[in-house]
Amino acid sequence: MITTEQKKFEEIEQMTKGYNRLLVLGCETCSAMSFAGGQRQVSELAVALRIARKTAAQEGEVLEDAIARQCEPEFVDLVMDIVADCDAVLSLACGAGVQMLAERFPDKIILPGCNTMFLGVTEEFGVWSERCAGCGSCTLDKTGGLCPIARCSKRLFNGPCGGSQNGKCEINPDIACVWQLIYDRLKGLNQLEKLQEILPIKDWSNSFHGGTRKIVREDLKL
Amino acid sequence: MKSGSNLEKILASGQFAVTAECGPPKGTSAKVIQRKGELLKFHCDALNVTDNQTAIVRMSSLSGCVLLKQMGVEPVMQIVVRDRNRLAIQSDILGAVALGIRNVLCLSGDHQKFGNHPGAKGVYDIDSMQLIQTLKLMRDEKKFLSGEDISGDVPLFIGAAANPFADPFEFRVVRLAKKVKAGADFIQTQAIFDVPKFARWMEMVRDRGLDKKVHILAGVIPVKSVGMARYMRNNVSGLSVPNELVDRMADAKDAREEGVNTCLEIIEQIKEIDGVHGVHIMAVAWEDIVPAIVEKAGLMPRPVI
Repeated sequence: MITTEQKKFEEIEQMTKGYNRLLVLGCETCSAMSFAGGQRQVSELAVALRIARKTAAQEGEVLEDAIARQCEPEFVDLVMDIVADCDAVLSLACGAGVQMLAERFPDKIILPGCNTMFLGVTEEFGVWSERCAGCGSCTLDKTGGLCPIARCSKRLFNGPCGGSQNGKCEINPDIACVWQLIYDRLKGLNQLEKLQEILPIKDWSNSFHGGTRKIVREDLKL
Repeated sequence: MKSGSNLEKILASGQFAVTAECGPPKGTSAKVIQRKGELLKFHCDALNVTDNQTAIVRMSSLSGCVLLKQMGVEPVMQIVVRDRNRLAIQSDILGAVALGIRNVLCLSGDHQKFGNHPGAKGVYDIDSMQLIQTLKLMRDEKKFLSGEDISGDVPLFIGAAANPFADPFEFRVVRLAKKVKAGADFIQTQAIFDVPKFARWMEMVRDRGLDKKVHILAGVIPVKSVGMARYMRNNVSGLSVPNELVDRMADAKDAREEGVNTCLEIIEQIKEIDGVHGVHIMAVAWEDIVPAIVEKAGLMPRPVI
């Protein structure tokens, strides 16, 4: 999933000030799973904004809604009427959702209520962590299914570096050294010989470094 | 000869090499480098010029190397992959060779989080292993990573780092083997305080025959104070500083003298370990002490080849 984190309330309040009719729009997929932008967070934030506005004697109305996915035009179009009736939309989706709204509603102010964090997993209730860097050419077969691009602080293909100690990364004792994890996993799988191989220099052109990316599937186009 | 550098010649002749670290200034003064060069020129075979070490911005390694070269001191240019992508690295190598630099040490670099620009973007386009491969390709095949030809020779003596004290311990020698396979000619190790652990690592190195394929220079740090010893023990990942050393420093009447003595004892012990071909002295902010250490360790005079 794409993990998101709601921005601090002060930042949101500042950003939305002056837009009298404000729609807080949630996204019921990744952002809801991140507990940052689902229906429930939309309601909580809308209430907080209404109170803040009332306290500041600011006029206007805070509306709320949520759609299944802000990254798909079919869902975005469902809120066309309510958006038309607002001065601005505060999106609680990831950056992709915010931009889809901006594309769909060219004459409307669209604001981000969340910071998009990473492609990750739910480790446990309330804990998410990064797993994938979206590099465009997966090599997880070489590293026991654990990604050094997303999870090694230096993106080493041939780690671990000299800063790996007691299974932790030198930059933060709360972060596991992924190369220690790779080592342990391959050892358990009896595949340590894989680590004798020098992993080659990566072609980053499949990643963001090749320019903004696009997937076109002719077989699926209508 | 791959590069014809002084360091390469000394190591090839089987003599025990001495290198030291020369940190460039956080400023524009050539004199800082020149002073360190003057201080160390007769006591070391080559001086490593660090590359924004600990991710703190300093005068570039390449310029520091040129300043040393101009005064007849042989530099080892350190390159970290943290700050440069493959274009910048290859271009810097061309320039370095043109300016007479022959020794290069390939490093990942301390993470930018530790430095004075923690918000910087880390480049890490290639890793340190792949940097070694890149330099070997440039030297032996006279090719860029793109496959295009380089005009002119690229005589380089390729160095790499090894840390026998990081985890997982049993993989450390495998990683060294990979660096040798990638093309490393010499190794400068992380600072050694725990000699028995280093000796165990060297045994594994010899078991794989790696000491015959690469010149290993053992790293040492003269410790200036008990505070420094404690700091390194508690805060620097990948360093193994025994409690006895910290206690010795704490109990000493003259901490500096004790620091020199422990450093000399470590050098004495590592000289006796088979396969160690030299010592690399990293006297962080204490370069002045290096000549005395080299003299007292019985490593003078330095060979002239």
